[in-house]
Amino acid sequence: MANKLSLITKGFIKENPTFVLVLGMCPTLATTTSAINGLEMGLATLFVLVLSNIAISLISPIVPDKVHIPVYIVVIATFVTVLQLVMQAYTPSVYKTLGLFIPLIVVNCIILGRAEAFACKNNWIDSALDGLGIGLGFTASLTVIGIVREILGSGSVFGWKFIAGDGILAFVMAPGAFMVLGYLLVLFNKIKK
Amino acid sequence: MAAKSNLQNMALCLTLTCLLCSAILGMVYAVTKAPIDAAAEAAAKAAIAEVLPEGGDISEAKTADLDGTTYEYYEEMGGGQVVAYAVKSSTNGFGGNLSLMVGVLPDGTIYNTKVLSHSETPGLGAKCTSDKKFTSQWNGFAKDKKLAVAKDGGDVDAITASTITSRAYTLAVSQARDLIKMLDPDATTGASLFDK
Amino acid sequence: MEYFLIIISAIFVNNIVLAQFLGICPFLGVSNKLSTASGMSLAVCFVITLATVVTYLVNQYLLVPFGLDFLQTIAFILVIAALVQIVEIVLKKVSPSLYQALGIYLPLITTNCAVLGVAITVVTKEFTFGSAAPHMLNLAESTVYAFATALGYGLAMVLFSGLREHLALNDVPKAFKGLPVALITVSIMAMAFLGFSGIV
Repeated sequence: MANKLSLITKGFIKENPTFVLVLGMCPTLATTTSAINGLEMGLATLFVLVLSNIAISLISPIVPDKVHIPVYIVVIATFVTVLQLVMQAYTPSVYKTLGLFIPLIVVNCIILGRAEAFACKNNWIDSALDGLGIGLGFTASLTVIGIVREILGSGSVFGWKFIAGDGILAFVMAPGAFMVLGYLLVLFNKIKK
Repeated sequence: MAAKSNLQNMALCLTLTCLLCSAILGMVYAVTKAPIDAAAEAAAKAAIAEVLPEGGDISEAKTADLDGTTYEYYEEMGGGQVVAYAVKSSTNGFGGNLSLMVGVLPDGTIYNTKVLSHSETPGLGAKCTSDKKFTSQWNGFAKDKKLAVAKDGGDVDAITASTITSRAYTLAVSQARDLIKMLDPDATTGASLFDK
Repeated sequence: MEYFLIIISAIFVNNIVLAQFLGICPFLGVSNKLSTASGMSLAVCFVITLATVVTYLVNQYLLVPFGLDFLQTIAFILVIAALVQIVEIVLKKVSPSLYQALGIYLPLITTNCAVLGVAITVVTKEFTFGSAAPHMLNLAESTVYAFATALGYGLAMVLFSGLREHLALNDVPKAFKGLPVALITVSIMAMAFLGFSGIV
């Protein structure tokens, strides 16, 4: 049981996809202009990660070695397209905000990485938990970056404004994304020691 | 672990995966098609309704050309007459395409405007969606006021520090008004909800 | 004139790395040395342009006529993966010297989100350049846009790797070593590129 629990919790600190493995940088930087955007992007990735991990752990024993990468990519792309269709139907405004970065989940290295490193060697329950753990870790990191950028850039948290006027605009724009991630990595390095 | 590869099982495996995946996608597509269309239509309708007076019947999309550009517009009918138009108008803002829905009364008064999409700088030009002072001035922008920002000698109050966005916004509105002037030349005789 | 604006916009104003956040992983991963960075940039340039042309045609003549545009994501990634493989095989046979220079970067490019990102952008986004009305890009414009975007990628990559070579020689505080200080450097570069915004 403790083993199963560690599958879920490892994503937050020990194998945090953003701060330790430094994977999936594009959505991490691009969609974290506010806490809510970061959270939504994290959850979208979590959805694809869990489903693709389950599917890949089930099919990997019968997939011939030489074609396993193409097969995995097709499986991942299928789930991404399912996600696109579902989001367009039921949460069109979120789909519009995250835009290009929803289809780009296909090339998020976290997902193919987990398929290669974990899902193809473990049973489907463990793979689902692994996907859940890493996905939650990714969601948490994106939300934290979003919170920091929103506080500095707009003076609000989750849309709740606590200072009048504007924040430091650069933090909502591209330079702020790189800078916040850089300093959070420093902080993470310090805490982990 | 993974099975040994040979040509047959590789081809078979790829074919099966693709078949299975397309089956899943076809199914999901069939299920979500209706909600997607409904959501897109609702979003378009909401934007149109927001810039038009309440109570009329809104027509299907129509198109008209002005200065080599094709515009999409909608007519609102009330009592057998057109009471207002909604025009989709786009210009080049500071960061890219700025697209508006502009409600125009037949006499040339702007009823209201709404931003459909923009890529302006957050905190500066992006305020064209939120700055009350800027957005509220379009609510009943009188027909005899000049459509240009104050800096250029017009009657539009620009967003502070975002003159380019304000100019682009104003240009989009004025394109919409010019289109209606062309479509409805005897503008002053047109019926208006304000007269009733 | 329009092509000129597309090029300026894609290289400087909307730089793919510093403003659009695409292709960050290889940008951070292989920018340690100027030589590898320029090799990767060349390979990316080649593949982005080729992939955009092919996916544009696939979209225009295969997906759209049959109402299958919801399959864009899956079709494009497969086309790109296949294309990279073909390029690798052809290069190996036709020009071993070019293969030597670019070969090792090619497998990494399939999962470079810049390639898929540009391919999807040109078929879904309306562009406005200069006084022209917003419109979807045609094939020639898409090709120019893709090539210019790739040049922007190369520019950012080469500049950054130059800076990084110098960073490596400096005494950086321990917690900042490696990626953190690299990210802060990119941040300052992105600030400099902000100066280009609004010129097109």
